[in-house]
Amino acid sequence: MSGPIVDVAQLRKRYPQAADEAVKGISFSIDEGEIFGLLGPNGAGKTTTIGVLTTRVRQTGGTAFVDGFDVSKDPTSVKQRIAVVPQRANLDRSLSAYENLTFHAAYFGFSRKERRQRANELLEAFGLAGRGNERVDFYSGGMAQRLMIARALMHRPRILFLDEPTTGLDPQARLFLWDQIEALREAGTTILLTTHDMLEAERLCDRIAIVDHGERIALDTPRGLRHLLPSEAGLDLLVEPGDHDGAVVRALQAFGTVEADDADDADGRVHARLFCDAAPAQVATAVEQAGGTLIELRRLEGSLEDVFVHLTGRDLR
Amino acid sequence: MSAATPPTLAPSRPPLEGRRASARAFGALCGRDAWVVVRHELAGFLAQSLLQPIFFLFVFGRVLPEIGAAGGGYGDQLLPGIIALTLVLTALQNTALPLVIEFSFTKEIEDRLLAPLPAWLVGVQKMVFAAGRGIVAAVLVIPLAAVILPDGVNFESISVIGFALLLIFGGIAGAAVGLVLGTAVPPNRINVVFAVVLTPLTFTGATFYPWAGLGDLPWFQTVTLLNPLTFVSEGMRAALTDLPHMDLPWIILGIAISTVLFSAFGLRGFVRRAVD
Repeated sequence: MSGPIVDVAQLRKRYPQAADEAVKGISFSIDEGEIFGLLGPNGAGKTTTIGVLTTRVRQTGGTAFVDGFDVSKDPTSVKQRIAVVPQRANLDRSLSAYENLTFHAAYFGFSRKERRQRANELLEAFGLAGRGNERVDFYSGGMAQRLMIARALMHRPRILFLDEPTTGLDPQARLFLWDQIEALREAGTTILLTTHDMLEAERLCDRIAIVDHGERIALDTPRGLRHLLPSEAGLDLLVEPGDHDGAVVRALQAFGTVEADDADDADGRVHARLFCDAAPAQVATAVEQAGGTLIELRRLEGSLEDVFVHLTGRDLR
Repeated sequence: MSAATPPTLAPSRPPLEGRRASARAFGALCGRDAWVVVRHELAGFLAQSLLQPIFFLFVFGRVLPEIGAAGGGYGDQLLPGIIALTLVLTALQNTALPLVIEFSFTKEIEDRLLAPLPAWLVGVQKMVFAAGRGIVAAVLVIPLAAVILPDGVNFESISVIGFALLLIFGGIAGAAVGLVLGTAVPPNRINVVFAVVLTPLTFTGATFYPWAGLGDLPWFQTVTLLNPLTFVSEGMRAALTDLPHMDLPWIILGIAISTVLFSAFGLRGFVRRAVD
């Protein structure tokens, strides 16, 4: 099969009674075997986009194809090929962990023998061997998350959707999941992942789409995205501006591009991002000379987080 | 975790296609439900379904006649109604309550909706299984009645086919009403709605009296026609006894209309909840 395994074009979604569209014409495609990241602030349209691709949300415009099947016209064929790990646990609480796996595979037509064998293998692979007979009610958050991924893999999906898979997990569980996701990539599974965690996106994703307000505002490799910064080097400053309100910002502008959001801080401090190659000491001196007091100075490393804030701003959602 | 790739993780299986996949998934969903009832909640199921008919049979069919508040043969009139009530209410509750919980609190429904079958078929499966539970409960009422009622069970001229059809369609009708409730009612109101719906449903369904006997209360007789249970109760009287009952064509029409109407409404509501 040639062509992308996921193909989304001009996707739109307006929920009934919503004033604004949740997704406003997003396009992207994912190649087989790729780990593709969907990044964006809360409410950016990530979950809605995943909802359309996993047949749980009906789009109001545009097209979405998964493995060549139109999600709106042939959802059953799409469901055969995908697996979803949602943000919130949705395990079958009437069943044991082991039964969660075996019944899931039964829905997909696996034989009894295959179900048993695969369930045991996956419990083992996800560190749940020996805990299979417990009720999932008694599982911790991390165990439930691992079990949900194991369940998703039971029917050998071609594409795995992970909606914020590590949110709320402790660092050990997170590292473990990252290893698992990398192992899945090695094995050839295509993965679409949403996250707010820049470290996670940077480490795992081959390509990343940044979405905000229902629109795709960037799409590139993690390295390519870093080039979106006005300069890869830069400084992040927190300054008490003193009497002359604009003086500090004007002083900074002498060095390079400045992104400042002054008025939002209740204490009147200026938070500025300065993209330039100048030495931090020089900048600090300039700030003092303009009558400002330097509170914080941090070197920007051109990380994905810097790109993300550069593109989507600092406002709370 | 080692870097070696476990073969378990590799995607490698060509999926079943189309109707065959849907049929397998439908069967597997029923299998899961049956497993849960039998293995994990058998006692709960029996208590939930049978406690009410046991008390109705005991108080109305045994205590009232014995203290002289009801005629001696009242049990014979009552039993078909109690079988119908158990059938319809068990099917209704076992559709509505799980749906409310699975759609809102536990989100368990999601794994079913991602199984390879159309969303509406997931709704049909819920109905079919709940109807099945209703049928089991309704049939179990008969041996209970044989023990509880003073004259035991006196079914004359049983129509086995009629009884079987009534069990199936009565169960589906009850489950369809449950599907409407389970998908239309917001979770925070389900307590109120259950109380407001179940009590009138129980007492206007020709359960405790033959419908024809309401001739002196024409307004109430008319009201009872809105309740699908009325037709199932009258149908049971027709199928199991020689007692007076509503004419057969009306029974069939009543059950057919309510089944189609509530199923259509309920499935539409289900798909709306399932797919945003």
